[in-house]
Amino acid sequence: MPSLDDLKKRIKSVKSTQKITKAMKMVAAAKLRKAQESAEKGRPYSQKMQNIILNLTKSINDPQNAPKLLVGTGEDKKYLCVVLTADRGLCGGFNSNICKLAKSHFKKILKAEKVLKIITVGSKGYDQIRRDFGKYVIKKFSFKEKKQITFSEANIVGNEIISLFSQNEFDKCIIFYNNFKNVITQIPQAQQIIPADAKNIKENDDENFSYEFEPEEDEILEDLLPKNISTQIFKALLENAASEQGSRMTAMDNATRNAGDLVDKLTINYNRSRQASITKELIEIISGAESL
Amino acid sequence: MSDKFNIEIITPSQTILKSQVTEVTLPSYEGQMGILKDHIPLITFLRPGLVIIKGQDEKKYYVEEGTVEFSNNNLLILTSTAKNLQDLSKSLINDLIQQSQNKLKEIKLTDKEQYIESYKVETLKTINL
Repeated sequence: MPSLDDLKKRIKSVKSTQKITKAMKMVAAAKLRKAQESAEKGRPYSQKMQNIILNLTKSINDPQNAPKLLVGTGEDKKYLCVVLTADRGLCGGFNSNICKLAKSHFKKILKAEKVLKIITVGSKGYDQIRRDFGKYVIKKFSFKEKKQITFSEANIVGNEIISLFSQNEFDKCIIFYNNFKNVITQIPQAQQIIPADAKNIKENDDENFSYEFEPEEDEILEDLLPKNISTQIFKALLENAASEQGSRMTAMDNATRNAGDLVDKLTINYNRSRQASITKELIEIISGAESL
Repeated sequence: MSDKFNIEIITPSQTILKSQVTEVTLPSYEGQMGILKDHIPLITFLRPGLVIIKGQDEKKYYVEEGTVEFSNNNLLILTSTAKNLQDLSKSLINDLIQQSQNKLKEIKLTDKEQYIESYKVETLKTINL
C-alpha cells in the first residue's frame, strides 16, 4: 500500500504528463491541417503524371526497345525497397505499421532467394529496420531539419534511385509509405515504381488514341520517367507527412484521455486511503477512551 | 456550339488554374504552339516561355519546364514553375536573368542546357511589367 505522499506525487506526475500530451495533440492538429492540405493538393499532379505515362505505355509499339525504367530489365532478381517513415516518434503505430509491412515483404523476397537492398527515408524507419535487416540497408536519408517537405527533397531520393538503376543495382523498386485516408485511418502501402506498374491504375480502354509527339516518343519518355519517379516519391512523402500528424493526433488524444482516467483512479485511491487512516485513528481513540 | 475547352495547370503543390478557355499558346520544346478546340491528342514538353491563355480574359503564365498533354479537349499542363505574370516582380526577373547568364558562362553545359538557359534569358527579357 503506497503512502499518501507517494500517491500525491504520482497524481501530480500523471497530471503533468497529461499536459504535455495535450499540448502535443494540439500542435499535431495544427500541423495536420497544413499537411493534409498539401497532400490533397499534391494528389492531382502525381495522378495525372501516372495517367500520361500509362497512355504513353499503351501507345508503345515496340516494347523491346522501350526504356528500361518503364518495362523493367526483364529480370526479377534484385529488389530495391524504399521505406518512407517519419523522423519523430510518439505517433502511435505510424512507423511500426510501415515497418511491419516492409518487413513482411523483405522476408518474402529473401525467402524467394532474391537480392534485397533497402533505402530508408526518415530516421525512425532505419532504427526499426536496423535490428533485423541492418546489413541490407545501403543508404539512409533523413530530412529532420526540414520544416516543410518540398519537391527538391523528393528529387534527391529519386535521383539516387535512378542512378542506382542505371548502374544495374536492382530490377524492381518498391516504395513503402502510409496513405492518408482520414485523421484516424492511415493505410500502409507498398507501391512498385520501377517498372511502372500499370495494374494499379484504372484502365480506360475506351480512351485509346494515338498521340502526336513532339519531340520524339523516346525523348519524352526518357525525360518523363525519371520525373515520374520523383513525383511518386514526393506524393508518398506528402501522404506520409499528413499521416504522421494524423496518427500523432489520435495517439496523443488517446494518451490524454488515458492520463485523465489514471488521475481519476489514483484520486479515488488517494481519498480512500486518506479516509481509511482517519477511520483507523478514530477507532484507536475510541477504543483507548473505552479502556479507561 | 461553344468553342471552349478545359485547361488545367497543375504543380506538385497545388492546382493553379482550372477553367474553360478558347485558345492557348504554349512555348513547346520545338517552337511556339497554338491550341484550339478539337486539336489532335498531343504530348509535348515546354521550354522556358510564356503560356498565354485566352478565354473571357487573357492570362499569362511564366513557365520554365513542364509536360503538356492534350486529349478529348482537355489540356493538361504539369509544371513545377508556373507563375502568373502579375505575381512576378522586376527584381525577381532580374535575379533569374542573372542566374541564367551566370550559368551560360559555364563551359561544361550540354547543348540542351544551353538551349534552355538561353531561352530563359530571352523570355525574361521580353517580360514588361
